[in-house]
Parts: sequence; structure tokens; C-alpha cells
Amino acid sequence: MNIRILTTTLFLSAASLFMQGTVYAAASVVTDTGTTAWMLTSTALVLLMVPGLAMFYGGLVRTKNVIGTMMHSFSAMVIIGVLWPLVGYALSFGHGILGGFVGWDSRYFMLQGIDNSIMPTHIPEYVFAMFQGKFAIITPALIAGAFAERVNFKGYALFIALWSICVYSPICHWVWSADGFLFNLGAAGAIDFAGGTVVHISSGITALVAALYLGKRRAYPNNVMHPNNLVMTLIGAGLLWVGWFGFNAGSAISSDIATARALTVTQIAAAAGAFTWMVIEIFQHGKATSLGVASGILAGLVAITPAAGVVQPSGAFALGTLAAGICYTAILIKNKLGYDDSLDAFGVHGVGGIVGALALVFFIRPSWMVEAAAKVGGSWTVWQQLGVQAIAVGVTILYAGVVSFVLLFLVEKTIGLRISENDEMSGLDHSMHGEHGYGLINLN
Amino acid sequence: MKLITAIIQPDRLDHVREALIQADITRITVSRVTGHGRQEDIEIYRGQKIAPNLIPKIRIDIAVNNEFVDITVDTIIAAASHGVGEIGDGKIFITPLEECIRIRTRERGGTAI
Repeated sequence: MNIRILTTTLFLSAASLFMQGTVYAAASVVTDTGTTAWMLTSTALVLLMVPGLAMFYGGLVRTKNVIGTMMHSFSAMVIIGVLWPLVGYALSFGHGILGGFVGWDSRYFMLQGIDNSIMPTHIPEYVFAMFQGKFAIITPALIAGAFAERVNFKGYALFIALWSICVYSPICHWVWSADGFLFNLGAAGAIDFAGGTVVHISSGITALVAALYLGKRRAYPNNVMHPNNLVMTLIGAGLLWVGWFGFNAGSAISSDIATARALTVTQIAAAAGAFTWMVIEIFQHGKATSLGVASGILAGLVAITPAAGVVQPSGAFALGTLAAGICYTAILIKNKLGYDDSLDAFGVHGVGGIVGALALVFFIRPSWMVEAAAKVGGSWTVWQQLGVQAIAVGVTILYAGVVSFVLLFLVEKTIGLRISENDEMSGLDHSMHGEHGYGLINLN
Repeated sequence: MKLITAIIQPDRLDHVREALIQADITRITVSRVTGHGRQEDIEIYRGQKIAPNLIPKIRIDIAVNNEFVDITVDTIIAAASHGVGEIGDGKIFITPLEECIRIRTRERGGTAI
């Protein structure tokens, strides 16, 4: 233990030494106060989604696991909150190294080189780095829904740290860095406005792999496992919807017409998704459930995420509706197949993300297609763009799936990820944290 | 007829519940309660006597016919213990039960349990 503390101290002091004496000339670009103010707001809104997710997931598990489940989201804020400024930003947004596999820029290590940096988008680079950091935080937290109620906290902490470095940063670099290969694929790049592939497909596929690898919860699906607090789940879904305006409208990195477009289609897709889910449930079961509405909101939001920069309101209606219908079906199929993606991280984020990233090509605004055609100096069709989108989706699925499996295997075989049957029966709150969530309400 | 009341640790609830079901004791009432047992940690803090904290516990009430008392009690003891037994594992009270009525059918006595 002492050696470990000593190593950490040495490492930190070495890093602070390294920081000294790096002075960069003041940038010539000036900040735009309007854009900066909106990006600061967006950054806070995206962070708000993490406690929102904690409440959404926390309400869905059994009472004995509520603290453990909320801690999965909160610990992502803590762990990725440390990792991102340390190396995550450099790995994601540095210049491509290792043949463009991942980025690196020693100036970005501990964000030491951006103290005076103003970006061409007229915002301080600190704001951009922090905004992107929130995406890096929420993505691994989404995965936790797939293996809720049955993982070791230490194993989970190690897993999300490794996953952020080995899966999130490379994919983020390919899709969003100016020299990423998916960013430059085809005429005007693979379209992923705010994280369809980077956030939702990568986490959704990892969720599926994790659910299959770690196995079902004890007694699933024979025992009914009711949500402990749907009120909290609804508040969480509400916070996610609000936060998503920062997630999508902030991804324009501007405060202009592009922001307004993203915000509008986000609102429409969320409502259309929830509406569709509600109608399906009324026809199938005669009753609309609150969990159905919450799921529909998420399905719509996930699907519009990659598309928010390129589709018009009619496309947002279509994507929200389509995503809700397909995610609803995916969850029915999951129940038939019997694997335990406990809180439907794959069913909503994986499936919804894939629907959005592919189906968006049919609703792209004409001006975007004209510009894309002009870039290649000829014609550019919807089908060609669909090919580009399919490559981006396929690469993400393949890479996230394979690397996540290796990471899950490593963590499971070293410090352990799946908890013992005894601990699982006692609940995560008692066995992992020595706490309990509520006072005298809700048994089990 | 007896009324068996068990006070156990919250983290053993599912263990006890499942063991009872395995032993064919399926009709139980569970509540969340707080309390404290024999307290040896009442302490004097800065000259003041401090009352002990209330500790969350689970209370299980089971009404049984006499022949089921032993199996019920043994099952609870086995499932509620932490290892070979720890302070705080809980207690079982057995009281005579005068009458039992099933509201739906108005049955009374042993068959209503």
C-alpha cells in the first residue's frame, strides 16, 4: 500500500514538474462570448445527464441494489473525471499516431498546453475539452445497465477505466478528430453529430457482450424483479431529456442556426419516440406504462443523436417513431431469447443508436447533400452515404465488441467482475458498499 | 397454532425467504423495522449518556400449525446466521396463536393458515 501511494506521489510530482516552463504564445483567435456561454451551459447540461442516468437506472433495480447501481454512474463521473484530463483528451483529440489508431499530443497531457488556447470555433479549448469529457463520462456509465445487480464494484471501476482508454478514445478519435478516418470517409465523412456510434453503439454493443459474458442474474427470469422506485426513474428520464439539449445542441460547437436545428429535432424525436411507445403499449396491453414512456423518450433521443445536425423536423418525427418501434421489438426479442440485459442498455442504446446512424441518410436536408456532392466534384447519393454510415457502424460494433470482450475477460480473471451468489442475494448495497438506500420503505 | 416472529438482518432476507420456500413454508409477512438488542455500547460521550442508534432489521411473521414449528424455526436459524453466528443475527419469538381466519372463505383454525 505504501509503495503504491509513493508511486502515485512520485508520478504526480513528476507530472507537475513536466508542466513547468511550457509557455505558448497567446492565440490570435478571439472568443465569442455567445458561443462560449452556450458551450459552458451545454457542458453543465451533459454532466446533469449522469445523475439523471443514476436515477433512471437506480429506480429500475431492486431495493437492495439501488445504491450500488447509482454508484455505477457516479463512479464514472469520478474515474473518467480523473482519466479524461490526464490522458483521455490527448488520446481522443491529439494528432493520429500508430497509423491513426488513436490520437496523442503531449500538450494535452493534463491539459497543460491549452491554458491560452482559443479554438477556431471561438471558444476556449478548455470548454471544448470539458464538454467532450462529459461524453466520455456518460458512455461507460450507460454500459452498467446491462450487468446491473451482479458486478463487483472494484472490477467495474477497473473495467470502465480500461474501456475508456482502449475503446472510447480510439473510436472518438476516428469519428470526431479532424484527422480521424471515419471523420473523413466518403464525401463529407460518416455522419455522427453527437455520438450515435461513439457513445450509443459503442456502449450498447459492449453492454450486449457483457450481459452474455457475465451471465444472468440469479433466478432470472423465473423470479420477477420489480423496479424499486419508478418515480425516481421518471425523474431520471426527465433529467436525461433536459440534459440531452446540451448533448445535441452543444455538439454544434456554435450558438447559431445549427444549434437551433439540433435543439428542435432533439425535442421532436424524444416526443415522437415516447408517443410511439405509448401508443404501442395501449394497443398491446390496454395500458400505457410510465416505464414505457421513459423508454420511448430515450429511444427517440438516442436515434436523433447522430442525426441532429443533418435532419429536418420531419426526419426527427420519423427517426423517433422508427427507433421506438424497433427498440420495443428488440426488447420483446430479448425476453424470448432469455439473455439478461437487465436495464436494456443494448435494447435502447445499441439498437436505437444503430437505427439512428443508418436511417438518418433518408432524411438528410438537401443542402447537405449538395455540399457533399460539391466536395467530391460530382454526385453523391443517399445510398453512397448509407454505405459510409454502415462502415462507421460496422467498425464500431466490431471494434467495441471484440476489445470489450478481451477487457471483460481480463478483469473477470484478475480481480473479478461477477460477484458471488451470497453477495448477490444480499444485494450490492450491503455487499459492495455497506450501505442501504432507503429508510423504512420498500422491502426486498 | 403458533405465531413465529423472527427478527433478522436485512442482508439475509432473501436467504431466509428462499430457504422457507424450499421447506414449503410459503405464507409469510415481512416488514422493515428498527430496533436494538442487548446494548453494550451505551457510552458516555463528553459527560452525557448517549442512547444507542436504532438499527434496521427485518421482521418476519409466520403463523403455523404446531407440527410445522420446528422446521420453520430450524430453517430460519440456518439461513439467517452469518457463518457460525455473529452478534446481531437476530431472534425468534414463538407465541401461542388463538385463532386464524381466512377473510375470503370465513374458514377458522388450522385449515385457514
